[in-house]
Amino acid sequence: MSSGQTAGTKDGQAIGPKVLGECIVEIVSDSGEGAQKAGQSFATVCAKMGNGVWTVEIIPAEIKPPARSRAGASGIRIRFGSRPMTNMGDYADLVVAFNEQVLYGRLLNDAYREGTVILLENKWASDPDEQIRDMYNSAVEDFRARGLIVHELPMHEACLEFVNDPKLGKNMFVLGMLSGIFDRDPSITRREIAAIFKKKGEAVIETNNKLFQGGIDFARKHLTYHFSVPPMSSKQELIVTNGNDAVGLGVMAAGMELVSMYPITPATSATHYLAGVFHKMGGFIHQAEDEIAAIGFAIGASYAGKTACTITSGPGLALKTEFIGLAVMAEVPLVIVDVQRGGPATGLPTKIEQGDLMAALYASPGDSPKIVMAAATIEECFHMVVTARQLAEMFRGPVIVLTDANLATGQTCYPRPKLSEDWMAPPLDQSPWPEGVAPYDWDPQTGLSRRPIPGQRGGQYVLTGLAHTKHSHVAYDPRSNQVGCEMRSRKIAALRSTLKPPKVHGDEEGDLLVVGWGSMLGAIEEAVDRLRAEGHRVSNVHLRFLSPLEPGLKEIFERFTRVMTVELNYSDPSGGFDGDWEGARRSHLCQHLRAQTLVDIDHWSVTPGQPLRPGQIYDVLKGRLEAIRSAEGSAVGAR
Amino acid sequence: MFGLKTDWSLETLPRYFTLEDYEGGTARWCPGCGDHGVLSAVQKICRDEQLVPEKTVCVSGIGCSSRFPHYMKTYGFHGLHGRALPVACGIKARRPDLTIWVATGDGDCCSIGAAHWVHAIRYNMDMVVMLFDNNVYGLTKNQTSPTSRPGLKTNTHPRGAVLPPLNPSETTLGIANVSFVAQTVDWNPVHVYATLRRAYHHKGLSFVRIFQRCPQYTPRVFEDAQRDPSLIMLLEHEDGVRADEAGTKIYKNRVAHDPRDLNKARELAAREDVLPIGLLYCDPTRPRYEEFSSVGVDVTIEEKMQALDKEIDRFAI
Ligand SMILES: Cc1ncc(C[n+]2csc(CCOP(=O)(O)OP(=O)(O)O)c2C)c(N)n1
Repeated sequence: MSSGQTAGTKDGQAIGPKVLGECIVEIVSDSGEGAQKAGQSFATVCAKMGNGVWTVEIIPAEIKPPARSRAGASGIRIRFGSRPMTNMGDYADLVVAFNEQVLYGRLLNDAYREGTVILLENKWASDPDEQIRDMYNSAVEDFRARGLIVHELPMHEACLEFVNDPKLGKNMFVLGMLSGIFDRDPSITRREIAAIFKKKGEAVIETNNKLFQGGIDFARKHLTYHFSVPPMSSKQELIVTNGNDAVGLGVMAAGMELVSMYPITPATSATHYLAGVFHKMGGFIHQAEDEIAAIGFAIGASYAGKTACTITSGPGLALKTEFIGLAVMAEVPLVIVDVQRGGPATGLPTKIEQGDLMAALYASPGDSPKIVMAAATIEECFHMVVTARQLAEMFRGPVIVLTDANLATGQTCYPRPKLSEDWMAPPLDQSPWPEGVAPYDWDPQTGLSRRPIPGQRGGQYVLTGLAHTKHSHVAYDPRSNQVGCEMRSRKIAALRSTLKPPKVHGDEEGDLLVVGWGSMLGAIEEAVDRLRAEGHRVSNVHLRFLSPLEPGLKEIFERFTRVMTVELNYSDPSGGFDGDWEGARRSHLCQHLRAQTLVDIDHWSVTPGQPLRPGQIYDVLKGRLEAIRSAEGSAVGAR
Repeated sequence: MFGLKTDWSLETLPRYFTLEDYEGGTARWCPGCGDHGVLSAVQKICRDEQLVPEKTVCVSGIGCSSRFPHYMKTYGFHGLHGRALPVACGIKARRPDLTIWVATGDGDCCSIGAAHWVHAIRYNMDMVVMLFDNNVYGLTKNQTSPTSRPGLKTNTHPRGAVLPPLNPSETTLGIANVSFVAQTVDWNPVHVYATLRRAYHHKGLSFVRIFQRCPQYTPRVFEDAQRDPSLIMLLEHEDGVRADEAGTKIYKNRVAHDPRDLNKARELAAREDVLPIGLLYCDPTRPRYEEFSSVGVDVTIEEKMQALDKEIDRFAI
């Protein structure tokens, strides 16, 4: 036990649990020490006790990074509270760390602040290696100098009572500590433990239960921290999933029959999940030889009337572009899920970025209008796949659903979806094809047409990627090509005419409007709410449809003095490198909206490889609001 | 019930299909192109086997030969260069009821689509894959193909191709789970017909390399074998390609070859002094991927909803 810092440690008198509205907890360790497993269980328990929850996994890029290294920090952040949680929040309140070096990794990410409580494994202080002892001691000193409240705890030693090698098992001990600190119902956690170790047998479950109980007792004995975080008031039936599981559930709720994929982080875990259960709904996962084959296979299945989808990430999307163009040209329904990671090339494989918007919108050569949607929440990862399936079929073409690494691995709770038969792909239509109807019998207004499926008598046609007439006959003449392009574009316009303008969060007019997309929703709204509470005239809208764009944007934009996007992708520093805005490269959505609305939209975007904290956005928006004020002030003065 | 056919009302007149039922648009290949003969052979097989046109799908990539589906009156899929096989496999995956013919060129299959070729052989899904091997890129006007022989002058190698050619049959015979490899020559319609019909009857992926003349760019590559039938080696076996004797009697060079003998098949495929035609290899016992991929096609919406509801319970709190 540390001599200097005793706040929070037991000194005789017990304090009853203090009630908190919300809390941010982290567990960080070397890779392979089970911090994520413990954190996920803790989050599930919090959710099951009725808390709003949001988790973010801390994932090193390598499978086995060197032990005790900054880059190797592996773990999880759990934000939970008495209201729904929509983002990871700002700074951790309480951290359990298995060594001091991984904490440095987190400090580099600005995850902690003065007053953050660190429960630190202290075995390194007595390590046989002098260098390690020195590193540890100087780090602890440094942490304290930075204002962190460090408690050095003999967790390893305490685990030895239950296991020979605490490297395996310390995570469940930590789960117990957190349970004790946050007054969690141990019976719920025990059920979680039983589920995790089900396959390993009773003895293993028993050991882990002992470790868990040991952690609770340890926390009671060594720490005075004792909090309770009351449940949300919601009476709805809830489920807890991460975004990739939500995508997997969405695939099944859409009644799809085939998922065709090639492994790529952070998309793969969606198919890992599906691989375990898809067969129960009659589905099949095809692991193709590459991403090109994966989408080709899915397109083949879809052409033959079987609903299919392909799930990938940026580099895979790049390989699929030619086939996406074919699906546009030949009007083959298909859902493509892109779980975005940092790019270009191999980029940041495990980390978040919103860098694929332009690729999703434009990557295929020629004119290839397609539907592009982005999920803003984990719940939407589910519902968007269902909607995408319907739109793909209705509008006879590919639909790209963008999610990202943050949604993919983050966990949260949301209302249990009420399954509907209407969500499900209808059974294969093998009725005779109506005589005289062309395979692309385009409605002149909407461009929509019904498609023949192999097996439908009289519907025989040859699908082709070449320019074609409504009979799918190859046609190189100017008129046919123009008509084909127009019909494919009309479908996008037809969809747009059915969309509603997005809802404005906050007042309908004001000084600043923030436009966002994808998983930034929670952090943007939290920042906006804080500013509004301080009296600032700021609002935000969040786009789900990127192609076609939701209608009414220009009208909304014009009600604000300034409009800006906040995004997690690259843009040149304000004004460009040489002060010439004309040459400056702007963030993706900003470019897109400027082109479509002719509104002088501004942006703020960065590529840190991690979700933005609401506090970061708050600071940026506050700066912009002040600039707007002073500009107004000087304009008045000049009059 | 009571010995009566309950579905009597659904009974329709038996359909008989004539050649016309398989003939699509007029073929636009050059006069003298070997592709014409293969098209006629496939149409005849469809008729003779009475394949239901709407249950038959012709899939291709891009190239002259890949125009094939347009000239059939079945369903067709004329997709992307090199990507016929993933599409064909995807069609078959959940629709094992469909009959699939794939048309692919030597560039389409052995160059840009090489990865898919290797893996499609391994998937071994029931379909006939016709490799139109004219030793050259036709559609894009005379570039070297992986099967071009050294010395062939093309637009990309005006002083002659330099590398030893890839041998598609030999390569296919080296891939795990290969189940059927045959060879034939476009200038013998009887043998083309018999080979493709044998391929159709094989359950699994039947890979047929068709030596095909391109009158425009490679009119002479098979000239020797055409002029001198002794340069063709006719493979014979009761389980092999059994072409009508009238059409094959010019071939005096005949070898009895058991198509279950993989090593011998590889040896024959590699021969450069003669052109072996007939069935090189056949093993009908190899696993077919559709046996796995089509499991569950009959699960109803109600069953799916029930199973999913139960699955969602796992995430409930
Ligand atoms: C991605 C892509 N690359 C290149 C082409 C151009 N291209 C079309 S067909 C072809 C080669 C055709 O040769 P082959 O496959 O041997 O068929 P053939 O025309 O000889 O029947 C090429 C290179 C294309 N259509 N798409």
